[in-house]
Amino acid sequence: MINKSLKQLGAMLQGKEISSVELTQEFLNRIDRLNPEINAFITLDKDKTLAQAKHADSLLAAGKGTALTGLPIGQKDIFVAKGWRTTCGSKMLETFIGPYDADIIERFDGVGAVNLGKTNMDEFAMGSSNETSYFGKVQNPWDRSRVPGGSSGGSAAAVAARLCAAATGTDTGGSIRQPASLCGLSGLKPTYGLASRFGMIAFASSLDQSGPMAKSCEDMALMMNVITGFDKRDSTSLNREKEDYTRDLSKPLAGLKVGLPKEYFAEGLGADVAKVVNEAIAEYKKLGAEIVEISLPNTQLSIPVYYVLAPAEASSNLSRFDGVRYGHRAKEYGDLMDMYCKSRAEGFGAEVKRRILIGTYVLSAGYYDAYYLKAQQIRRLIAQDFENAFKQCDIIMGPTAPSTAFKAGEKADDPVAMYLQDIYTIAVNLAGLPGMSIPAGFAPSEDGKRLPVGLQIIGNYFDEARMLNAGHAYQQVTDWHTQMPEGIE
Amino acid sequence: MSLNSADIKRIAHLARIEVSDTEAEATLTKLTGILGLIEQMQAVDTKGIVPMSHSQDVTQRLRDDVVTETNQRELFQSIAPAVEGGLYLVPKVIE
Repeated sequence: MINKSLKQLGAMLQGKEISSVELTQEFLNRIDRLNPEINAFITLDKDKTLAQAKHADSLLAAGKGTALTGLPIGQKDIFVAKGWRTTCGSKMLETFIGPYDADIIERFDGVGAVNLGKTNMDEFAMGSSNETSYFGKVQNPWDRSRVPGGSSGGSAAAVAARLCAAATGTDTGGSIRQPASLCGLSGLKPTYGLASRFGMIAFASSLDQSGPMAKSCEDMALMMNVITGFDKRDSTSLNREKEDYTRDLSKPLAGLKVGLPKEYFAEGLGADVAKVVNEAIAEYKKLGAEIVEISLPNTQLSIPVYYVLAPAEASSNLSRFDGVRYGHRAKEYGDLMDMYCKSRAEGFGAEVKRRILIGTYVLSAGYYDAYYLKAQQIRRLIAQDFENAFKQCDIIMGPTAPSTAFKAGEKADDPVAMYLQDIYTIAVNLAGLPGMSIPAGFAPSEDGKRLPVGLQIIGNYFDEARMLNAGHAYQQVTDWHTQMPEGIE
Repeated sequence: MSLNSADIKRIAHLARIEVSDTEAEATLTKLTGILGLIEQMQAVDTKGIVPMSHSQDVTQRLRDDVVTETNQRELFQSIAPAVEGGLYLVPKVIE
Protein backbone atom coordinates (compact mmCIF):
# COMPACT_ATOMS: atom_id res chain seq x y z
CA MET A 1 0.00 0.00 0.00
CA ILE A 2 2.84 2.40 0.77
CA ASN A 3 3.80 2.60 -2.90
CA LYS A 4 0.34 3.63 -4.04
CA SER A 5 -0.16 7.04 -5.56
CA LEU A 6 -2.35 9.80 -4.16
CA LYS A 7 -4.80 9.00 -6.91
CA GLN A 8 -4.95 5.31 -5.92
CA LEU A 9 -5.12 5.99 -2.20
CA GLY A 10 -7.83 8.57 -2.82
CA ALA A 11 -9.88 5.94 -4.66
CA MET A 12 -9.44 3.52 -1.73
CA LEU A 13 -10.69 6.20 0.67
CA GLN A 14 -13.67 7.06 -1.52
CA GLY A 15 -14.46 3.35 -1.92
CA LYS A 16 -14.32 2.85 1.89
CA GLU A 17 -11.60 0.20 1.52
CA ILE A 18 -9.61 2.07 4.16
CA SER A 19 -10.23 5.05 6.42
CA SER A 20 -8.09 8.16 6.59
CA VAL A 21 -7.32 7.37 10.24
CA GLU A 22 -6.03 3.90 9.28
CA LEU A 23 -4.02 5.26 6.37
CA THR A 24 -2.58 8.10 8.44
CA GLN A 25 -1.70 5.72 11.28
CA GLU A 26 0.12 3.45 8.81
CA PHE A 27 2.33 6.35 7.72
CA LEU A 28 2.83 7.51 11.33
CA ASN A 29 3.98 3.97 12.20
CA ARG A 30 6.44 4.06 9.33
CA ILE A 31 7.73 7.42 10.53
CA ASP A 32 8.21 6.00 14.05
CA ARG A 33 10.22 3.14 12.60
CA LEU A 34 12.29 4.82 9.88
CA ASN A 35 12.49 8.50 10.71
CA PRO A 36 14.93 8.26 13.65
CA GLU A 37 17.62 7.47 11.06
CA ILE A 38 16.39 9.24 7.93
CA ASN A 39 15.41 12.42 9.84
CA ALA A 40 13.02 13.59 7.14
CA PHE A 41 10.43 14.87 9.63
CA ILE A 42 11.43 17.31 12.37
CA THR A 43 8.07 18.00 13.98
CA LEU A 44 5.20 15.59 14.50
CA ASP A 45 1.95 16.25 16.33
CA LYS A 46 0.05 12.98 16.18
CA ASP A 47 -2.99 14.30 18.02
CA LYS A 48 -3.47 17.12 15.53
CA THR A 49 -2.73 14.84 12.59
CA LEU A 50 -5.16 12.12 13.67
CA ALA A 51 -7.84 14.70 14.49
CA GLN A 52 -7.56 15.92 10.90
CA ALA A 53 -7.80 12.33 9.65
CA LYS A 54 -10.92 11.80 11.72
CA HIS A 55 -12.44 14.96 10.31
CA ALA A 56 -11.56 13.76 6.79
CA ASP A 57 -13.34 10.46 7.48
CA SER A 58 -16.47 12.35 8.45
CA LEU A 59 -16.26 14.36 5.21
CA LEU A 60 -15.83 11.15 3.23
CA ALA A 61 -18.72 9.48 5.06
CA ALA A 62 -20.92 12.46 4.23
CA GLY A 63 -19.96 12.18 0.56
CA LYS A 64 -18.13 15.51 0.73
CA GLY A 65 -14.70 14.14 -0.11
CA THR A 66 -12.65 15.52 -3.01
CA ALA A 67 -9.46 14.24 -4.67
CA LEU A 68 -7.12 14.85 -1.71
CA THR A 69 -9.52 14.41 1.22
CA GLY A 70 -8.02 12.18 3.88
CA LEU A 71 -4.58 11.91 2.27
CA PRO A 72 -1.57 12.46 4.56
CA ILE A 73 0.81 15.11 3.19
CA GLY A 74 4.19 16.12 4.61
CA GLN A 75 4.54 19.90 4.91
CA LYS A 76 7.91 21.55 4.50
CA ASP A 77 8.77 23.32 7.74
CA ILE A 78 9.01 26.64 5.90
CA PHE A 79 5.20 26.94 5.99
CA VAL A 80 3.70 28.50 9.10
CA ALA A 81 0.92 26.32 10.47
CA LYS A 82 -1.30 27.42 13.32
CA GLY A 83 -0.39 25.69 16.57
CA TRP A 84 2.46 23.78 14.91
CA ARG A 85 6.10 24.39 15.71
CA THR A 86 7.50 26.04 12.59
CA THR A 87 11.30 26.30 12.54
CA CYS A 88 12.44 26.81 8.93
CA GLY A 89 15.30 24.49 9.90
CA SER A 90 16.79 27.14 12.17
CA LYS A 91 17.75 27.51 15.81
CA MET A 92 16.34 31.03 15.41
CA LEU A 93 12.84 29.54 15.33
CA GLU A 94 13.45 26.45 17.45
CA THR A 95 10.51 27.23 19.74
CA PHE A 96 8.34 29.23 17.33
CA ILE A 97 4.69 28.11 17.33
CA GLY A 98 2.80 29.29 14.25
CA PRO A 99 0.12 31.86 15.18
CA TYR A 100 -1.65 31.53 11.80
CA ASP A 101 -1.82 29.29 8.72
CA ALA A 102 0.14 29.82 5.52
CA ASP A 103 -2.01 29.99 2.40
CA ILE A 104 -0.87 26.54 1.31
CA ILE A 105 -1.75 25.03 4.71
CA GLU A 106 -5.22 26.61 4.53
CA ARG A 107 -5.70 25.22 1.06
CA PHE A 108 -4.77 21.64 2.03
CA ASP A 109 -6.87 21.90 5.21
CA GLY A 110 -9.71 23.26 3.10
CA VAL A 111 -9.90 20.13 0.97
CA GLY A 112 -9.61 17.85 4.01
CA ALA A 113 -6.04 16.69 3.43
CA VAL A 114 -4.11 15.59 6.52
CA ASN A 115 -0.97 17.41 7.71
CA LEU A 116 1.28 14.47 8.57
CA GLY A 117 4.09 16.59 10.02
CA LYS A 118 6.74 19.16 9.21
CA THR A 119 9.69 18.12 7.08
CA ASN A 120 13.35 18.91 7.54
CA MET A 121 15.07 21.46 5.30
CA ASP A 122 18.21 23.49 4.87
CA GLU A 123 18.15 26.42 7.27
CA PHE A 124 15.90 29.13 5.80
CA ALA A 125 15.97 27.08 2.55
CA MET A 126 19.62 28.01 1.97
CA GLY A 127 21.41 24.91 0.77
CA SER A 128 21.46 22.09 -1.74
CA SER A 129 22.12 19.15 0.58
CA ASN A 130 19.95 19.62 3.67
CA GLU A 131 23.19 19.75 5.68
CA THR A 132 22.62 23.30 6.91
CA SER A 133 19.55 22.31 8.96
CA TYR A 134 19.89 23.03 12.68
CA PHE A 135 17.99 19.79 13.25
CA GLY A 136 20.57 17.57 11.63
CA LYS A 137 21.17 16.21 8.18
CA VAL A 138 18.74 14.00 6.26
CA GLN A 139 19.70 10.63 4.78
CA ASN A 140 19.03 9.88 1.13
CA PRO A 141 16.92 6.69 1.24
CA TRP A 142 18.72 5.33 -1.84
CA ASP A 143 22.10 5.47 -0.11
CA ARG A 144 22.05 6.51 3.52
CA SER A 145 25.59 7.91 3.33
CA ARG A 146 24.50 10.45 0.73
CA VAL A 147 22.58 13.71 0.87
CA PRO A 148 18.95 13.99 -0.29
CA GLY A 149 19.61 17.36 -1.92
CA GLY A 150 18.07 20.55 -0.71
CA SER A 151 16.63 22.68 0.42
CA SER A 152 13.44 20.55 0.40
CA GLY A 153 15.54 17.51 1.38
CA GLY A 154 13.23 16.33 4.16
CA SER A 155 10.20 16.36 1.88
CA ALA A 156 12.13 14.50 -0.83
CA ALA A 157 13.48 11.84 1.55
CA ALA A 158 10.04 11.44 3.15
CA VAL A 159 8.37 10.69 -0.20
CA ALA A 160 11.27 8.49 -1.36
CA ALA A 161 11.16 6.43 1.85
CA ARG A 162 7.36 6.25 1.54
CA LEU A 163 6.88 8.02 4.89
CA CYS A 164 4.12 10.05 3.29
CA ALA A 165 2.06 9.88 0.14
CA ALA A 166 3.32 13.26 -1.05
CA ALA A 167 4.83 16.44 0.35
CA THR A 168 5.17 20.14 -0.30
CA GLY A 169 8.37 21.96 -1.11
CA THR A 170 9.60 25.40 -2.03
CA ASP A 171 12.00 26.31 -4.80
CA THR A 172 14.07 29.50 -4.90
CA GLY A 173 16.93 28.22 -7.06
CA GLY A 174 16.16 24.51 -7.45
CA SER A 175 15.05 23.49 -3.97
CA ILE A 176 12.17 21.30 -5.20
CA ARG A 177 13.70 19.97 -8.41
CA GLN A 178 17.24 19.10 -7.25
CA PRO A 179 16.15 17.00 -4.23
CA ALA A 180 13.42 15.40 -6.38
CA SER A 181 16.17 14.44 -8.82
CA LEU A 182 18.52 13.12 -6.13
CA CYS A 183 15.77 11.11 -4.37
CA GLY A 184 13.95 9.75 -7.42
CA LEU A 185 10.63 11.52 -7.27
CA SER A 186 8.62 14.10 -9.18
CA GLY A 187 8.74 17.74 -8.16
CA LEU A 188 7.32 20.87 -9.76
CA LYS A 189 8.06 24.56 -9.30
CA PRO A 190 5.13 26.54 -10.75
CA THR A 191 5.30 29.81 -12.67
CA TYR A 192 6.22 32.58 -10.23
CA GLY A 193 3.05 34.09 -8.80
CA LEU A 194 0.75 31.06 -9.21
CA ALA A 195 1.15 29.83 -5.63
CA SER A 196 0.82 32.24 -2.74
CA ARG A 197 3.87 33.07 -0.64
CA PHE A 198 1.69 34.06 2.33
CA GLY A 199 2.97 32.25 5.41
CA MET A 200 5.93 30.78 3.59
CA ILE A 201 8.91 32.08 5.54
CA ALA A 202 10.62 34.41 3.08
CA PHE A 203 14.09 33.75 1.66
CA ALA A 204 14.28 35.60 -1.70
CA SER A 205 10.83 36.99 -2.36
CA SER A 206 11.21 37.58 -6.11
CA LEU A 207 12.19 33.91 -6.64
CA ASP A 208 10.46 31.85 -3.92
CA GLN A 209 7.68 29.58 -5.10
CA SER A 210 6.03 26.54 -3.50
CA GLY A 211 5.08 23.36 -5.29
CA PRO A 212 4.28 19.65 -5.09
CA MET A 213 6.68 16.75 -4.51
CA ALA A 214 5.08 13.41 -5.26
CA LYS A 215 5.52 10.01 -6.82
CA SER A 216 3.96 10.84 -10.17
CA CYS A 217 2.94 13.70 -12.45
CA GLU A 218 -0.70 12.71 -12.06
CA ASP A 219 -0.38 13.21 -8.29
CA MET A 220 1.37 16.54 -8.82
CA ALA A 221 -1.50 17.69 -11.05
CA LEU A 222 -3.96 16.91 -8.25
CA MET A 223 -1.81 18.88 -5.79
CA MET A 224 -1.41 21.80 -8.22
CA ASN A 225 -5.19 22.09 -8.31
CA VAL A 226 -5.06 22.75 -4.57
CA ILE A 227 -1.86 24.81 -4.25
CA THR A 228 -2.42 27.42 -6.96
CA GLY A 229 -4.78 30.36 -6.92
CA PHE A 230 -4.93 34.06 -6.26
CA ASP A 231 -4.23 35.32 -2.74
CA LYS A 232 -4.61 39.00 -1.98
CA ARG A 233 -2.25 38.62 0.98
CA ASP A 234 0.70 38.05 -1.39
CA SER A 235 1.55 41.21 -3.32
CA THR A 236 3.03 39.21 -6.22
CA SER A 237 0.21 36.66 -6.47
CA LEU A 238 -1.28 36.56 -9.96
CA ASN A 239 -5.02 36.95 -10.35
CA ARG A 240 -5.87 34.28 -12.92
CA GLU A 241 -8.70 31.88 -13.53
CA LYS A 242 -8.33 28.56 -11.71
CA GLU A 243 -7.07 25.79 -13.96
CA ASP A 244 -7.56 22.05 -13.86
CA TYR A 245 -4.02 20.72 -14.14
CA THR A 246 -5.21 17.18 -14.84
CA ARG A 247 -7.01 18.23 -18.02
CA ASP A 248 -4.22 17.45 -20.49
CA LEU A 249 -2.56 14.49 -18.75
CA SER A 250 -3.55 11.94 -21.36
CA LYS A 251 -2.99 13.97 -24.51
CA PRO A 252 -0.75 12.28 -27.09
CA LEU A 253 2.73 13.80 -27.42
CA ALA A 254 2.99 13.48 -31.20
CA GLY A 255 4.44 16.66 -32.65
CA LEU A 256 5.58 18.08 -29.31
CA LYS A 257 8.70 20.14 -29.97
CA VAL A 258 11.30 19.46 -27.29
CA GLY A 259 14.25 21.84 -27.08
CA LEU A 260 17.57 20.63 -25.72
CA PRO A 261 19.76 23.54 -24.58
CA LYS A 262 23.30 22.77 -25.69
CA GLU A 263 24.64 24.56 -22.59
CA TYR A 264 22.92 21.94 -20.37
CA PHE A 265 24.85 19.12 -22.01
CA ALA A 266 28.25 20.82 -22.00
CA GLU A 267 31.23 20.50 -19.67
CA GLY A 268 30.24 20.06 -16.03
CA LEU A 269 27.53 17.45 -16.66
CA GLY A 270 28.41 14.04 -15.26
CA ALA A 271 28.69 11.34 -17.95
CA ASP A 272 26.47 8.99 -15.92
CA VAL A 273 23.74 11.62 -15.68
CA ALA A 274 24.08 12.53 -19.39
CA LYS A 275 23.58 8.87 -20.35
CA VAL A 276 20.32 8.55 -18.42
CA VAL A 277 18.99 11.89 -19.65
CA ASN A 278 19.78 11.00 -23.27
CA GLU A 279 17.95 7.70 -22.87
CA ALA A 280 14.92 9.58 -21.57
CA ILE A 281 15.05 11.92 -24.57
CA ALA A 282 15.16 8.85 -26.84
CA GLU A 283 11.99 7.62 -25.11
CA TYR A 284 10.34 10.94 -25.89
CA LYS A 285 11.26 10.52 -29.55
CA LYS A 286 9.48 7.16 -29.48
CA LEU A 287 6.44 8.94 -28.02
CA GLY A 288 6.39 11.18 -31.07
CA ALA A 289 8.25 14.23 -29.80
CA GLU A 290 10.39 16.21 -32.19
CA ILE A 291 13.81 17.14 -30.81
CA VAL A 292 15.43 20.48 -31.61
CA GLU A 293 18.71 21.91 -30.35
CA ILE A 294 18.39 25.30 -28.71
CA SER A 295 20.75 27.67 -26.93
CA LEU A 296 20.48 29.45 -23.59
CA PRO A 297 23.71 31.44 -23.92
CA ASN A 298 23.59 33.14 -20.51
CA THR A 299 23.25 29.93 -18.49
CA GLN A 300 26.64 30.33 -16.79
CA LEU A 301 25.70 33.81 -15.60
CA SER A 302 22.65 32.57 -13.73
CA ILE A 303 24.77 31.50 -10.75
CA PRO A 304 26.52 34.85 -10.15
CA VAL A 305 23.24 36.70 -10.74
CA TYR A 306 21.43 34.44 -8.28
CA TYR A 307 24.14 34.82 -5.64
CA VAL A 308 23.64 38.58 -5.74
CA LEU A 309 19.84 38.73 -5.90
CA ALA A 310 18.98 35.91 -3.49
CA PRO A 311 21.35 37.01 -0.68
CA ALA A 312 20.35 40.65 -1.17
CA GLU A 313 16.68 39.80 -0.73
CA ALA A 314 17.52 37.37 2.09
CA SER A 315 19.51 39.96 4.03
CA SER A 316 16.48 42.23 3.92
CA ASN A 317 13.92 39.50 4.70
CA LEU A 318 15.92 38.05 7.57
CA SER A 319 16.36 41.42 9.25
CA ARG A 320 13.00 40.71 10.91
CA PHE A 321 14.70 38.24 13.23
CA ASP A 322 15.76 40.70 15.88
CA GLY A 323 15.07 38.78 19.10
CA VAL A 324 12.24 41.17 20.01
CA ARG A 325 8.92 39.94 18.66
CA TYR A 326 9.65 36.26 18.12
CA GLY A 327 12.54 33.91 17.62
CA HIS A 328 15.75 33.38 19.52
CA ARG A 329 17.03 35.96 21.99
CA ALA A 330 20.52 35.62 23.48
CA LYS A 331 20.60 34.89 27.23
CA GLU A 332 23.21 37.52 28.00
CA TYR A 333 23.61 40.91 26.38
CA GLY A 334 24.33 44.54 27.16
CA ASP A 335 22.49 47.25 25.26
CA LEU A 336 19.92 46.90 22.47
CA MET A 337 22.54 46.75 19.70
CA ASP A 338 24.38 44.03 21.58
CA MET A 339 21.13 42.10 21.97
CA TYR A 340 20.48 42.20 18.21
CA CYS A 341 24.04 41.19 17.33
CA LYS A 342 24.30 38.35 19.84
CA SER A 343 20.78 37.00 19.20
CA ARG A 344 21.41 36.87 15.46
CA ALA A 345 24.93 35.46 15.86
CA GLU A 346 23.55 32.63 18.01
CA GLY A 347 20.31 32.05 16.11
CA PHE A 348 21.63 31.78 12.55
CA GLY A 349 23.90 29.05 11.21
CA ALA A 350 27.07 29.59 9.15
CA GLU A 351 25.55 29.45 5.64
CA VAL A 352 22.69 31.78 6.53
CA LYS A 353 25.16 34.27 8.02
CA ARG A 354 27.33 34.09 4.91
CA ARG A 355 24.36 34.90 2.70
CA ILE A 356 23.19 37.72 4.93
CA LEU A 357 26.71 39.19 4.79
CA ILE A 358 26.93 38.87 1.00
CA GLY A 359 23.51 40.49 0.69
CA THR A 360 24.41 43.28 3.08
CA TYR A 361 27.62 43.92 1.16
CA VAL A 362 26.04 44.07 -2.32
CA LEU A 363 23.32 46.39 -1.08
CA SER A 364 25.65 48.65 0.89
CA ALA A 365 26.25 52.26 -0.11
CA GLY A 366 28.18 52.61 -3.35
CA TYR A 367 27.78 49.01 -4.52
CA TYR A 368 24.09 48.86 -5.40
CA ASP A 369 24.52 49.67 -9.11
CA ALA A 370 27.53 47.43 -9.59
CA TYR A 371 25.87 44.40 -8.03
CA TYR A 372 22.11 44.44 -7.47
CA LEU A 373 21.15 46.54 -10.48
CA LYS A 374 23.64 44.76 -12.72
CA ALA A 375 22.26 41.40 -11.60
CA GLN A 376 18.69 42.49 -12.34
CA GLN A 377 19.76 43.56 -15.81
CA ILE A 378 21.42 40.23 -16.54
CA ARG A 379 18.34 38.57 -15.12
CA ARG A 380 16.42 40.08 -18.01
CA LEU A 381 18.96 38.70 -20.49
CA ILE A 382 18.48 35.26 -18.95
CA ALA A 383 14.69 35.56 -19.28
CA GLN A 384 15.12 36.67 -22.90
CA ASP A 385 17.18 33.53 -23.60
CA PHE A 386 14.12 31.47 -22.69
CA GLU A 387 11.79 33.75 -24.63
CA ASN A 388 13.89 33.16 -27.74
CA ALA A 389 14.12 29.43 -27.07
CA PHE A 390 10.34 29.06 -26.80
CA LYS A 391 10.02 30.44 -30.34
CA GLN A 392 11.67 27.20 -31.48
CA CYS A 393 10.15 24.64 -29.12
CA ASP A 394 7.14 23.93 -26.89
CA ILE A 395 9.06 22.58 -23.95
CA ILE A 396 12.68 22.35 -22.81
CA MET A 397 14.36 19.23 -21.45
CA GLY A 398 17.71 18.54 -19.86
CA PRO A 399 19.31 17.31 -16.66
CA THR A 400 18.02 18.65 -13.32
CA ALA A 401 21.37 18.43 -11.55
CA PRO A 402 24.90 17.88 -12.87
CA SER A 403 25.46 14.81 -10.67
CA THR A 404 23.66 12.15 -8.67
CA ALA A 405 23.47 12.46 -4.87
CA PHE A 406 26.87 13.21 -3.36
CA LYS A 407 28.27 11.98 -0.05
CA ALA A 408 27.33 13.87 3.11
CA GLY A 409 30.15 16.24 3.98
CA GLU A 410 31.64 16.17 0.48
CA LYS A 411 30.76 19.77 -0.40
CA ALA A 412 29.70 21.04 3.02
CA ASP A 413 32.80 23.17 3.43
CA ASP A 414 32.92 24.60 -0.08
CA PRO A 415 30.00 26.98 -0.75
CA VAL A 416 30.98 27.63 -4.36
CA ALA A 417 31.04 23.89 -5.23
CA MET A 418 27.65 23.54 -3.53
CA TYR A 419 26.21 26.47 -5.49
CA LEU A 420 27.17 24.82 -8.79
CA GLN A 421 24.69 22.02 -8.00
CA ASP A 422 22.00 24.44 -9.14
CA ILE A 423 23.47 25.39 -12.52
CA TYR A 424 20.52 23.93 -14.50
CA THR A 425 17.74 25.01 -12.17
CA ILE A 426 18.51 28.59 -11.11
CA ALA A 427 17.83 30.29 -14.46
CA VAL A 428 14.24 28.99 -14.33
CA ASN A 429 13.63 30.87 -11.06
CA LEU A 430 15.30 34.00 -12.39
CA ALA A 431 13.03 33.93 -15.44
CA GLY A 432 9.99 33.06 -13.29
CA LEU A 433 9.22 30.02 -15.46
CA PRO A 434 7.77 26.68 -14.34
CA GLY A 435 10.20 23.76 -14.05
CA MET A 436 9.93 20.20 -12.90
CA SER A 437 12.02 17.10 -12.36
CA ILE A 438 10.88 13.54 -12.96
CA PRO A 439 12.74 10.26 -12.34
CA ALA A 440 14.46 9.13 -15.55
CA GLY A 441 16.54 6.20 -14.37
CA PHE A 442 19.50 5.32 -12.22
CA ALA A 443 23.26 5.66 -12.34
CA PRO A 444 25.44 3.29 -10.33
CA SER A 445 27.67 4.78 -7.65
CA GLU A 446 31.30 3.66 -7.29
CA ASP A 447 30.20 1.43 -4.39
CA GLY A 448 27.45 -0.19 -6.43
CA LYS A 449 24.37 1.67 -5.18
CA ARG A 450 21.58 2.68 -7.56
CA LEU A 451 21.31 6.47 -7.52
CA PRO A 452 18.30 8.24 -9.10
CA VAL A 453 18.71 10.69 -11.97
CA GLY A 454 16.14 13.38 -12.73
CA LEU A 455 15.02 14.72 -16.09
CA GLN A 456 14.21 18.41 -15.97
CA ILE A 457 11.27 19.72 -17.98
CA ILE A 458 10.96 23.50 -18.33
CA GLY A 459 7.80 25.04 -19.73
CA ASN A 460 6.77 28.46 -20.90
CA TYR A 461 4.83 30.69 -18.48
CA PHE A 462 1.60 29.02 -17.28
CA ASP A 463 2.33 25.88 -19.29
CA GLU A 464 2.25 23.52 -16.30
CA ALA A 465 -0.57 21.42 -17.78
CA ARG A 466 1.55 20.69 -20.84
CA MET A 467 4.60 19.85 -18.70
CA LEU A 468 2.52 17.47 -16.61
CA ASN A 469 1.18 15.95 -19.81
CA ALA A 470 4.75 15.35 -21.02
CA GLY A 471 5.76 13.86 -17.67
CA HIS A 472 2.66 11.70 -17.39
CA ALA A 473 3.09 10.28 -20.91
CA TYR A 474 6.65 9.25 -19.99
CA GLN A 475 5.46 7.73 -16.70
CA GLN A 476 2.95 5.60 -18.65
CA VAL A 477 5.74 3.89 -20.59
CA THR A 478 8.46 3.77 -17.87
CA ASP A 479 8.45 2.61 -14.27
CA TRP A 480 11.34 4.62 -12.78
CA HIS A 481 8.86 6.61 -10.70
CA THR A 482 7.37 3.54 -9.01
CA GLN A 483 10.69 2.02 -7.93
CA MET A 484 11.49 2.11 -4.22
CA PRO A 485 14.81 2.16 -2.38
CA GLU A 486 15.89 -0.97 -0.52
CA GLY A 487 15.57 -1.21 3.24
CA ILE A 488 12.41 0.84 3.70
CA GLU A 489 9.94 -2.06 3.83
CA MET B 1 36.90 43.55 -5.20
CA SER B 2 39.10 42.27 -2.42
CA LEU B 3 37.93 42.28 1.16
CA ASN B 4 39.87 42.11 4.41
CA SER B 5 38.71 40.96 7.80
CA ALA B 6 38.04 44.54 8.95
CA ASP B 7 35.55 44.79 6.05
CA ILE B 8 33.90 41.57 7.24
CA LYS B 9 33.48 43.04 10.70
CA ARG B 10 32.03 46.23 9.26
CA ILE B 11 29.54 44.35 7.05
CA ALA B 12 28.64 42.06 9.96
CA HIS B 13 27.92 45.11 12.08
CA LEU B 14 25.64 46.51 9.35
CA ALA B 15 23.88 43.11 9.35
CA ARG B 16 23.69 43.12 13.17
CA ILE B 17 25.58 39.87 13.52
CA GLU B 18 28.39 39.59 16.07
CA VAL B 19 31.54 37.96 14.68
CA SER B 20 34.74 37.22 16.55
CA ASP B 21 38.16 37.87 14.98
CA THR B 22 38.67 34.18 14.21
CA GLU B 23 35.19 33.90 12.67
CA ALA B 24 35.92 36.99 10.55
CA GLU B 25 39.05 35.32 9.17
CA ALA B 26 37.23 32.10 8.27
CA THR B 27 34.31 34.04 6.76
CA LEU B 28 36.73 36.15 4.70
CA THR B 29 38.02 33.10 2.78
CA LYS B 30 34.53 31.87 1.95
CA LEU B 31 33.15 35.28 1.04
CA THR B 32 36.13 35.98 -1.21
CA GLY B 33 35.32 32.79 -3.13
CA ILE B 34 31.67 33.76 -3.51
CA LEU B 35 32.51 37.32 -4.56
CA GLY B 36 34.91 35.88 -7.14
CA LEU B 37 31.96 34.00 -8.60
CA ILE B 38 29.84 37.14 -8.61
CA GLU B 39 32.58 39.13 -10.32
CA GLN B 40 31.85 37.22 -13.59
CA MET B 41 28.92 39.59 -14.07
CA GLN B 42 31.16 42.55 -14.70
CA ALA B 43 32.21 41.21 -18.11
CA VAL B 44 28.65 41.60 -19.43
CA ASP B 45 27.62 44.76 -21.25
CA THR B 46 24.25 45.71 -19.74
CA LYS B 47 23.96 49.23 -21.06
CA GLY B 48 20.33 50.17 -21.69
CA ILE B 49 18.85 46.94 -20.30
CA VAL B 50 15.85 47.48 -18.05
CA PRO B 51 16.35 45.72 -14.71
CA MET B 52 13.91 42.85 -14.10
CA SER B 53 12.21 42.23 -10.78
CA HIS B 54 9.10 40.23 -11.78
CA SER B 55 8.64 37.99 -14.79
CA GLN B 56 5.11 39.18 -15.43
CA ASP B 57 4.20 42.73 -16.29
CA VAL B 58 2.34 43.44 -13.07
CA THR B 59 1.69 46.54 -11.03
CA GLN B 60 1.15 46.84 -7.31
CA ARG B 61 -2.47 46.26 -6.40
CA LEU B 62 -4.31 48.86 -4.35
CA ARG B 63 -7.06 48.23 -1.84
CA ASP B 64 -9.44 50.38 0.14
CA ASP B 65 -7.85 52.02 3.17
CA VAL B 66 -9.86 50.10 5.74
CA VAL B 67 -8.97 47.91 8.70
CA THR B 68 -8.62 44.29 7.59
CA GLU B 69 -6.79 42.73 10.54
CA THR B 70 -8.21 41.86 13.91
CA ASN B 71 -6.24 42.56 17.05
CA GLN B 72 -4.32 39.42 18.05
CA ARG B 73 -1.90 41.02 20.48
CA GLU B 74 -2.08 38.26 23.07
CA LEU B 75 -1.56 35.49 20.54
CA PHE B 76 1.37 37.25 18.91
CA GLN B 77 2.95 38.20 22.22
CA SER B 78 2.67 34.63 23.47
CA ILE B 79 5.62 33.74 21.22
CA ALA B 80 7.77 36.77 22.08
CA PRO B 81 10.98 36.34 24.10
CA ALA B 82 10.04 38.99 26.71
CA VAL B 83 6.79 40.91 27.24
CA GLU B 84 5.25 42.77 30.14
CA GLY B 85 1.87 44.48 30.39
CA GLY B 86 1.22 44.00 26.68
CA LEU B 87 4.55 45.53 25.67
CA TYR B 88 7.67 43.98 24.15
CA LEU B 89 10.65 44.30 26.49
CA VAL B 90 14.02 45.47 25.18
CA PRO B 91 17.08 46.92 26.93
CA LYS B 92 16.72 50.56 27.87
CA VAL B 93 17.34 52.83 24.85
CA ILE B 94 16.71 56.28 26.34
CA GLU B 95 18.68 57.43 29.39
